[in-house]
Amino acid sequence: MESARSKWLWGVASLLILVWTVFPILWIVMLSFKQPGEVGNKKGFLPADWTWTNYETVFKTDIFTSALINSIGISVIATFVGVVFATLVAYAIARLEFPGKKLILSFALAIAMFPVVSLVGPLFNLWRDIGLYDTWPGLIIPYISFALPLAIWTLSAFFREIPWEMEQAAQVDGATTWQAFRKVIVPLAAPGVFTAAILTFFFCWNDFVFGISLTSSDAARPVPAALAFFTGASQFEQPTTAICAAAVVVTIPVVVIVLAFQRRIVAGLTSGAVKG
Amino acid sequence: MAAITMKKIVKRYGDGFPAVNEVSLDVRDGEFMILVGPSGCGKSTLLRMIVGLEDITSGEMLIGGKVVNKVAPRQRNLSMVFQNYALYPHLTVFENIAFPLRLAKTPDDEVQRRVKETAELLELTEHLDRKPANLSGGQRQRVAMGRAIVRQADAFLFDEPLSNLDAKLRGQMRTEISRLQRRLGVTTVYVTHDQTEAMTLGDRVAVLRKGVLQQVGSPRELYEEPVNLFVAGFIGSPSMNFLPASVDGAFLDTPLGRFELRDDRKAGALGGREVVLVGVRPEHFEDASLIGEEKKAKGATVQARVDVTEWLGNEQYAYVPYEAPADVAAQLRDLSRELDGDQLRTQAVVALDAASTIKPGGESELWIDTAKVHLFDPATGENLTRDEEHVAQLNQLADESRDAHRKAHRGD
Repeated sequence: MESARSKWLWGVASLLILVWTVFPILWIVMLSFKQPGEVGNKKGFLPADWTWTNYETVFKTDIFTSALINSIGISVIATFVGVVFATLVAYAIARLEFPGKKLILSFALAIAMFPVVSLVGPLFNLWRDIGLYDTWPGLIIPYISFALPLAIWTLSAFFREIPWEMEQAAQVDGATTWQAFRKVIVPLAAPGVFTAAILTFFFCWNDFVFGISLTSSDAARPVPAALAFFTGASQFEQPTTAICAAAVVVTIPVVVIVLAFQRRIVAGLTSGAVKG
Repeated sequence: MAAITMKKIVKRYGDGFPAVNEVSLDVRDGEFMILVGPSGCGKSTLLRMIVGLEDITSGEMLIGGKVVNKVAPRQRNLSMVFQNYALYPHLTVFENIAFPLRLAKTPDDEVQRRVKETAELLELTEHLDRKPANLSGGQRQRVAMGRAIVRQADAFLFDEPLSNLDAKLRGQMRTEISRLQRRLGVTTVYVTHDQTEAMTLGDRVAVLRKGVLQQVGSPRELYEEPVNLFVAGFIGSPSMNFLPASVDGAFLDTPLGRFELRDDRKAGALGGREVVLVGVRPEHFEDASLIGEEKKAKGATVQARVDVTEWLGNEQYAYVPYEAPADVAAQLRDLSRELDGDQLRTQAVVALDAASTIKPGGESELWIDTAKVHLFDPATGENLTRDEEHVAQLNQLADESRDAHRKAHRGD
């Protein structure tokens, strides 16, 4: 009785949350399929007249296509560099005893908690002085430094889960420290590395504050920032539907990545490594 | 193949606590050496120092005549089986076993051949494509062994390899390890806290206590001629009974009764001491009513009140509680605690013939084989009656039986 009831309650709660989160997305999707003139004139959730026009407009606009390339390039590079760094740091933190280990971890946490907005001003001036303003590295560097703490924490938790013996066994079997790390630890930590990579990628991909403040042209402006500069097909139309189409386009990679890798993220790869 | 020599090995941790203290031990080429002791005695630390996973604070470690104190584990050419097996979960059984060969950049056809041979030896052939997660405990254990024997290592090191298996499987694997070792003839160091493993597997057994080596010898020597109270209590199950006794000439007054030492050597060993601890193994007691007169005369008969009896079919245990002076009782309790037990009362455990009809609760007549008792100094724990001649005999016996074993296994 009790379990049936609690199941039911859980079901209702999940449904509510699902509606709460999915509804805005659906709304944006619906808007993106409406005729540009329809918004504000006709009522209704579903488009009266389904159309791909907005998507065509979006991909014809230079602002968007260059921003898409910027976003992809910057996010991929920042993710790659960030995860490589984080893997090495997390491994050292999980495995080695050295003075200042706690300090590094708490420092990393402090960085993660630092309000981003307060840094934008100084960074803007600094970047302009040293010529990093409106360049890819100008965004990649702050992305890495803000994504690193989370990645380090996630990865060091994963590394700690891997039994020491794994590595010692590899060393006795004739592996150098580096070989043991590459052939045993990294494959075992793969789910953790994936998780860290995905989290970092999302952080970079979704960022707006740095994107809008540290760029001024197509040279480095990422999609979230570029959306604000949308004008629509003609100057006399509100660009609402086109912005929605662009928003849908940038959401797709996120959805695809999550669907593709959720198994890997959850996979308990270490099961069977040791007894039990 | 190589001999392993340890010279005054010390392991001191950061807090200054010596986990291993001045251990000198010689493992001969091809020998099966067991390191045994209660938990926390430093046996695993010593093993890890041999393999190089633990730094040596001071002393010298030689493998095959070369000092290896500063040599990295991968350059020592030893192989090790870990307590939790430490298999690589992302690799198949084949690749797990092949791992050391791959690291050594062995040509692929040789890897194939050697892994197949090893798998056959350990009956793993049909599991080669599976992942460790899908194997049973015994199979995982065999994979771990396979990984150890696939390359020509100078020595095998085992760290309590059977402690995660159930009792039946443990027995089977024990025989298997013994057979494998004698067949391959590779120097082996094996850490265990299990008595049965220690007694059945080893050519020689080294007993450690709080990081200090107590005695090294054949299983028989440890059992029959222990050097001190600790070894005497640790080896044998149920363990040796220690009875406090006050000395009166050649007579000993124990809580179980008074008896005479008829052996001049043993009586001489008393050396004027007033109090000693008498060590009697459970099987050196017997129900006096089941013994012939002639044998009875060789020992001593005492009256004792049996508290509880346990009949096991092939034998029978009886428990005889006794009063001991407070200081001795405390000493015995400490010893028992150190041996991973916790004896609450001072009692003698007596192994009787299964046919004995001694009833719990009443007075019974027990016979003690006084020729087999040991006398210990209560202060130092030293065995006063160790018979060096007998030890030499036992050593010779052990060597002969070891050679016979080897020959039999090489033959097939």
